[in-house]
Amino acid sequence: MTDDRTSFRRRDVLRGVTLGSSALILSGCDVMNENATFRSALRVAEKLNQATHRTLTDRAALAPEFALSDISPVFKTNGSLTGTSTDYLAHLQNNFADWRLRIDGMVANPMDIGLEALRAMPARTQITRHDCVEGWSAIAQWQGTPLRLLLQQAQLSPRAKYIVFHCADNYGARPYYESIDVIDAFHPQTILAWGMNGETLPVKYGAPVRLRVERQLGYKHAKYVMRIEATDDLSKFHGGKGGYWEDVGDYEYYAGI
Amino acid sequence: MDAAQNMTQEVAKRHRLSTRIWHWLNACVATILLMSGLMIFNAHPHLYWGDFGSREDYAWLQIDDTRTTGFVRIGSARVETTGVFGLSLGSNDNVRRVAFPGWATIPTGYDLAAARRWHFVFAWAFALGLTVFMLASLFNGHIRKDLHVRRAEWSAAAIWTDIKNHARLRLSPEHGLSNYNIIQKFSYIGVIFLLLPLLILTGITMSPAMNAAWPWLLDLFGGRQSARSLHFIAAFLLALFVVVHLIMVLLSGPINGIRSMITGRHVTASKPDQGGKLP
Repeated sequence: MTDDRTSFRRRDVLRGVTLGSSALILSGCDVMNENATFRSALRVAEKLNQATHRTLTDRAALAPEFALSDISPVFKTNGSLTGTSTDYLAHLQNNFADWRLRIDGMVANPMDIGLEALRAMPARTQITRHDCVEGWSAIAQWQGTPLRLLLQQAQLSPRAKYIVFHCADNYGARPYYESIDVIDAFHPQTILAWGMNGETLPVKYGAPVRLRVERQLGYKHAKYVMRIEATDDLSKFHGGKGGYWEDVGDYEYYAGI
Repeated sequence: MDAAQNMTQEVAKRHRLSTRIWHWLNACVATILLMSGLMIFNAHPHLYWGDFGSREDYAWLQIDDTRTTGFVRIGSARVETTGVFGLSLGSNDNVRRVAFPGWATIPTGYDLAAARRWHFVFAWAFALGLTVFMLASLFNGHIRKDLHVRRAEWSAAAIWTDIKNHARLRLSPEHGLSNYNIIQKFSYIGVIFLLLPLLILTGITMSPAMNAAWPWLLDLFGGRQSARSLHFIAAFLLALFVVVHLIMVLLSGPINGIRSMITGRHVTASKPDQGGKLP
């Protein structure tokens, strides 16, 4: 008898477990998802992923480059489709003739550089794949100035850890901005692009210049870049997490996945 | 006296500790990965082949809505799926225009950033768990003794008999060379050595940083969007395996089956029709 009762009890428990588990998984996960401690525990993986990529793989490895024939027939636009500041709109009217890119912060030689001067510097042309955090991809040819050359010219301080890109577009109510660390800033494929698919960079893709930081997802590739600031502390900028989507949407700072 | 007590019961050791720990760990981890993965899919509910893909006219699979109805399109075949896929009702009876409904995703509401964080934490548990289980199974003889398909089992007639037995739901324990029958062996080998590694590798192939580090993965799977498609298909096949697995547990004596996966001991009654088979 005892055996039977035990097995009945077990059966009830099992039935309860089976029926309740799906409901439990869902509500349980949602509760955990709202819990600040749990969310910060989940963030550990971001550090782990970046550390794994940086230690186990070649830091200077190049993102795959494609042939001209691989260029996508459509390149989806995301985020802002134009800069929004009055400053930017005036420059746009004037075809960016008087536009100057400001490079400052932790640099010994702060500088302003115009579009023609930027185009006159040694350039890099690369046909790469753009990957959106949402899941889609598109291939385009990008032409631009390696960021490393600009940082060398501005004499970047060895204490600087991050490069912040201030943009001319407000997305929603907040200004867009992004940042990358010095390792990615000096990567040979990290360029300030002013050309796309053999033409001047169109406004909807970030004219006059946008960042290309291949090996990371689309939201890192800031458009309408107006000012580049070197820093050792991201917490003083906007929401403090290093970028618009990091602040607003809790996206990862390291967008290599 | 109870009839049950009259029967002689044989208690056999069935599952090793490593198998049992991995089984339950993996059941939780794979569920979380599936559900957070479906939320990630909701951010762009199209699948493509090749390197490029950003619009539905290039997609081979599309789960979408027409604002009033939901549908799933595979190639040129389109099925209306209002209420489940593409368009469904949320908790407050609000219409949600998402590919997979809230009850199937983690989190329930649309939150790509959170789903990605869940997915990338549990992906580590999934990959490490599989690696440790594979190594343990190699050294403790699980692969050699239980999963290895013996020469005598490679017979079309025997395989056909096993297929017929399964089709008739005749699931009495085999008294052959080992505990697993040939269909079970093929299923478990396929899942452990093909499907699960495929999920991990296609997952890694979607990382732009890993594309730079290990470009051979892109060549292996035919591009990032192909890897994304294969990742989805593999996840679907794994979900299908779990459904069939659970049906087999129910048909072959669920209490005994679940007990053996918890305690490791499998009780075989002397009456042959009461004996459970390894699910």
